[in-house]
Formats: sequence, C-alpha cells, structure tokens
Amino acid sequence: MDVEILARIQFAFTIAFHYIYPPLSIGLGLIMVFMEGMYLKTGNKQYEVLTRFWLKIFAITFGIGVATGIIMEFEFGTNWAVYSRYVGDIFGSALAAEGLFAFGLESAFLGILLFGWNRVSPKVHFISTIGVFLGSMFSAVWIVVANSWQQTPAGYHIIGEGFNARAEVTDFWAMVFNPSSVDRIIHVWQGAFLAGAFLVLSVHAYYLLKGRYVEISKKAFKIALSLAAVVSLTQLLSGHSSAEVVAENQPAKLAAMEGHYEERGSADLYLFGWVNDKTQEVTGLKIPGGLSFMIDQDFEAPVTGLNAFPKEDRPGQVNAVFQFYHIMISIGMFLIGLTLYASFLWWRGTLFDKKWLLRIFAFSVLLPQIANQVGWFAAEMGRQPWIVYGHLRTNEGFSQEVSSNQILFSLILFLVVYTLLFLLFMYSLNKKIKQGPYDEAKNALEII
Amino acid sequence: METFLGIDYPTLWYLVVGLLFSGYAILEGFDYGAGAWHLFFKKDLSRRIAINAIGPLWDANQVWLIIGGGALFAGFPVMYATMLTAMYIPFMLFLMLLVLRSAAIKFRSAEEMKWWRKTWDVIYFTSNILIAFLLGVVLGNILQGFEIGENFSYQGGIFFSFLNPYAIMVGLTTLSIFMTQGAIFLLLKTEGRLHARLTFLLKKGMIFFILSFAFTSFYTLIYLPGVTDNFKANPVFFILPILAFLAVANVPRLVSKKKYAPALVFSSLTMAFLLMLVAFQLYPVLLPSTIDPVHSVTIYNAASSQKSLGIMLTIVLIGAPLLAGYFLFLYKTFHGKVKLDDTSY
Repeated sequence: MDVEILARIQFAFTIAFHYIYPPLSIGLGLIMVFMEGMYLKTGNKQYEVLTRFWLKIFAITFGIGVATGIIMEFEFGTNWAVYSRYVGDIFGSALAAEGLFAFGLESAFLGILLFGWNRVSPKVHFISTIGVFLGSMFSAVWIVVANSWQQTPAGYHIIGEGFNARAEVTDFWAMVFNPSSVDRIIHVWQGAFLAGAFLVLSVHAYYLLKGRYVEISKKAFKIALSLAAVVSLTQLLSGHSSAEVVAENQPAKLAAMEGHYEERGSADLYLFGWVNDKTQEVTGLKIPGGLSFMIDQDFEAPVTGLNAFPKEDRPGQVNAVFQFYHIMISIGMFLIGLTLYASFLWWRGTLFDKKWLLRIFAFSVLLPQIANQVGWFAAEMGRQPWIVYGHLRTNEGFSQEVSSNQILFSLILFLVVYTLLFLLFMYSLNKKIKQGPYDEAKNALEII
Repeated sequence: METFLGIDYPTLWYLVVGLLFSGYAILEGFDYGAGAWHLFFKKDLSRRIAINAIGPLWDANQVWLIIGGGALFAGFPVMYATMLTAMYIPFMLFLMLLVLRSAAIKFRSAEEMKWWRKTWDVIYFTSNILIAFLLGVVLGNILQGFEIGENFSYQGGIFFSFLNPYAIMVGLTTLSIFMTQGAIFLLLKTEGRLHARLTFLLKKGMIFFILSFAFTSFYTLIYLPGVTDNFKANPVFFILPILAFLAVANVPRLVSKKKYAPALVFSSLTMAFLLMLVAFQLYPVLLPSTIDPVHSVTIYNAASSQKSLGIMLTIVLIGAPLLAGYFLFLYKTFHGKVKLDDTSY
C-alpha cells in the first residue's frame, strides 16, 4: 500500500480512538461540577459520594485521552510533514494556545482533583473541578479552531510555491473566528456533554434496574437527564446552523452529505437512503425540496450539486459521507425523542417505574459515541480531496521522505497498544461500575 | 526583522522553546528518573510509594512536553516536520512507551494479583528507562546532524540509523542524569527504609552519571568538529560549561550533607546549563545538514512569519504567569512526604 493511504488509515485510527475519551471527560467534567456544586450547596453527603464515584471513572477517561492525544500532536510531523510546514504558521499558534491556556489548566488542577481531597478545603476542591472542566472546554476550542481553519480558511495568505508554499497568518482573530469555528465548537461541546450525560444515565439506569444504590442513582439520573434533554435539543439547532455554514463555504461537502449531484430547481432531503455514485441516484425516503428549504427556507431554491465540481475536486466517497451524516442525524433525533419522553415521565412522577425505558437508557451510552464518531467522519471525508480546503490536497500533504514500511510498523504498534488500552479501559470501567459508589453492606445506614 | 529588547523574534522563540524543553527535562526528569529505579525497590509498598510520589504531579509535568511540542510546531514548523520525519522510528517508540507508562501508572495498583503488579512493574520500569534513553538518542542525532537535502527533505537511513554510537552515548548520559534527579526527588518524598535504600542507590546513580557525562563530553570535543566554534567567537559564553561543571560538582557535595532540596535544585540547574550549552553551540542552526550546510534548518529558514511569532510571544507573555501560578499551587498542595490514602494509585 502506498504512503498516503497508510498515513490516512493511521490518522483515522488514532484520532477515532482518541476521540472516544476527551468527549467523555468534558461531559463527565460538567456533570461532576453539578454534583459537587449540589454537595456544597446542600451539604447532602449523597452528592459527595456521587462526585467521588464519577471522579474515579473520569480519571481513567482523562488519562487515556491525554496519552492518546500526545500521539496526535506529534503524528502531524511524522506522517504529514508537508502539511505541517504548510499550516504550521496558523495551526501552530492554536496548538500553542491549547497547551498553555487549556492543557496547563486542566492538568495542574487534575492532581488536586484526584488526590487533593484531604489536602485542600471542599471549596478549593470544587474550584479545581471547575478548573479541570474549563480546561477541557478550552482545549476543545483550540483544536476545533485549527480543524475549522482547514475547512474554511480565513485570515491568511499563501506565500511560496510547490513544496515551499505556506499559509501565513494575516489576521489572528479572523483565523480564530473563521466562518465555521463558532458553530463547530458549540457542536463539539454539546456532543461531548451528551457523551458524558449518557454514560451517567446508562450506569445509573443499570443500578436502578438491579435495585442497587437506588436513592443516589435517582439523583444522578435526574442531573444527567436534565442536561441530556436540553442539550439534545440545542444540538439540533447547532447542527442546523453548522450545515448552513457548510452549504455556504463547502458546497461540495454539503452536496455529498445529501447525495445531491445535479443542480435542480429543488433539492431533496433524505431521511435515509443509499447513494449510487455511478448512476448518481439516491434510493431512499426523502422530503422533496427539503434540502432547499433547510438552506434557503424555500422548497424551490436551487442548491449546488456535486456535478458543479470537476471530478478531482469532489469527495471520493459520497455514499460514505452520506451514510455517516445520516446516522448522526438519526441518532440525534432518537436522543431528542428519548430524553423528551423521559422528561415527560419525570414530570408525571413515573420515570423510574418503566423498566423498558431504563433498559434503553442502559444501552444508550453507545449512541452519542457513535454520533460523535460518524459526525467527524462525515466532516473529514466530506472535506476531501482537500487537507486545507481549496489549497492543499490530502495527497500532497503527507511526509514525502517517510516509507510505507515505517508507517506500517507504527500502525501495527498502535493497533497492539490501543487494543490493550481499550481492553484495560473496558475492564476497569466494568470493575468500577460493579464495585459501585460505596460499599452497600457496610455504609448503607450512614449514607442514606 | 522585528525585534523585542533588541532580540529578533526567531531568537526569542528559540529561547522560549529552550525554556520549555528545559522545564520538561527538569520536571519529567525526576518523573522518568524515579521510574527508572522502580525494580530496584523490592517491596510492593515501596513501589507504590515511589509511584505515588509523582502521582499528583506527572500529568501536569507532561504539559511541558505538550507545550514544548506545540511551541516547536508553531514557531519552527520546518524543524518540527523535518526532525519528526528523520527521527520517525525513535519518536514512534517514544510515544508508544509514553502510552504504556501512563497505563502502568494508572492500572498497576488497581489489582491485587501478584502477576498483574509484576507485569506492570516491568512495563513501567522499562518504559521509563527507554523514554529517557530515546530522548537522549534524539538529542545525540541532532548534535551530529542529519542528511538533509533540498527543501528540507531528509535523505538518511530509515529504520536503525538513529542508533549510532554517539547517540547511544548521549542516550545513556540522559538516562543517568534523569536517574540522579529521580533519586534525589524520591529522597525528598520518602522516609524510613526506602529512604535509606535510596541514599545507597543515589550514589550509584551519581557515579553512572559522572562517568557517562565525562565520557560523552570528551568524545564530543574530540570527534564532533566545530562544536566549539560559537564559543570561540563569543568567549564570554565559556561561562556556560563552567557553570555546568560547577553545578555537576555541587550535587554530590550537597547529597553527602543530606541537603536534598538544594541538591535537586542543582541537579536541575545541571540539566538547564547543559541544554543551554547545546542550544548555544547549535545557534542559529536547529538541524545541521551533513550534506551541505546550505541545507541546514536554522531558526530563520524554519521560523513562522513575524506576525505569527509576535502573536505567539504575546500568548506566552499572558500564559506563562498563569501556568507558573498553577504549578506553584499544585506543588505547594503536595509538598512533603508521600502519604497513601484511598485515592492513591
């Protein structure tokens, strides 16, 4: 296999694996802020037990997130040297800001969060929890800014030619607030909140089904459900806004997301379907003119199709982009329905009586994870063939001096080590859940 | 070219990167160094104490690697890209070992089984030693230069060329200095029999360090042509090797008086002076080309634009005091001997 394909496989694998963890850390971070805040406000020991329990799980997700994140930082240089030289001037300042402002904050306070219970006052501990949470939020900001710049470059100019071409910053704030960054940051944050909230919902639904830790599980479930219900709705809005930005700035990507080839009087919106790239037809269930309406609030408005672009400037895997995008949306819709129905039952006071619903929640932890993954796949594959949209092609960005054997070697290393890491993660997560927030036999009276 | 206090931006950024990597070497020096002694402690409790000595700190210390890497990418993207492609294999191994080391810290004490802990102990010990060694190997390769051709493209060997005698020497020296640093740090954090054992181990560590340091220094002076050019041009900088030598000599003196906190300061200074020595000797070159000096990567041809460097210097001016504040607070909170509790590793 050639270097480009191997480098792409390696990047996709390492980033997809990495992205299991940081969203969980961000989402759990916010929930821990709620839990610990409730503890300080009410003095109710149950909230402290919850905070400490989720902190243990947070520690694992955070740890793996950092370990796999460092690899990403250096993989740009090893596998994508041409790209690194090209974007260093721009991408670099975002990365430097990430390290200094975000990662410094979260990592320094992490030590206090995990090991400082007996060394600092409850208030200082709470501030550390907030510090770690904010740090992880800022971290997402700078990373998404860098990626958004690749999607919708702004505030730069290109100097040099060929292998010496580089993008240079001309306007820092225009670069930071490029057309897609704000929408995408919010979208990523909310995706992370959902990932964290549904892990909490899942674990406590499991406890409720087993009749264990019932009192505190109800409390935790309600905290996480409130967050999940609000965010799955607002996520719909931010997704819509994000899609409008794509329509304006990356029309080829939007067209691929909907399998829209020929510019016609009205473009359709598919609920699901299958794209045949050869015949340029989509088979599936559609809302006629739906896409036109979403973009221009007019069922007849024309939308640019893929055929408006030369073959070499379009995403290569139209059906994949289409499927990933639609899976994300379907999951999003399902989460809205699920959390709204659960909130309705909460209001009626029968939330915890419906075993079947708790069973769905117990398994639902996978859904935001899948949505986060496929959403990114749609975004990144939809950007192809560009690594920097409109400027640098992916097949020009990899390291020219690196051999395919080197990448194969490191890819195998990653596969082995990450498999081990994933097994360890699942094992210790399972163990922590089985052990539960406290020893029921010993502490039941003291806590409840 | 724009300047600040009479120093041009690429040089300023060179200083920033140098500072970050010095911070990384000093802080992770005792982290990796402490881990490199791991199997020298026989009892399970001693091993747990040693891990928990760095427990609340290692994640924060790692930030220096992340910021250092980011600073390199941001300020000298050409250096970042060319070095990482030239040092592909050692860097991938280094990153893999970092992951394994993190996993060992997190999971080692999570189970009671003997085989579990023993396996993780071996992984932890080996990864710390190899990480320290590989960092030195990369430095050794940079000092010798790479086969860099036109357009900063690396044309040297692909798999094993990074393991040459000089690089191995610098690798061992780095390991020895980290082990010294780690043992002194652990002495500050431990009591009783483990403490006594460490005083014994530290002596071995210092002998290892002084021997490999002396050997590498002489080899460098004899076999690497041109390493003293910058010093001959600016004799006032001969102060650096003298300071480095004094710092090195001061460490055993302070240790023999059981003044471990000042000893840690001086062993940290040793690293800082040695890195300054290297930085000054290379300046303004970042990666010397062995094909033709014209192709060398320098702070000028590798640098980001003036505008970008200016932005990043501003970011550093704002961010550095914040970071210093976080670290002071963190280290203050965990000052003193290790006490195991139910949140410990």
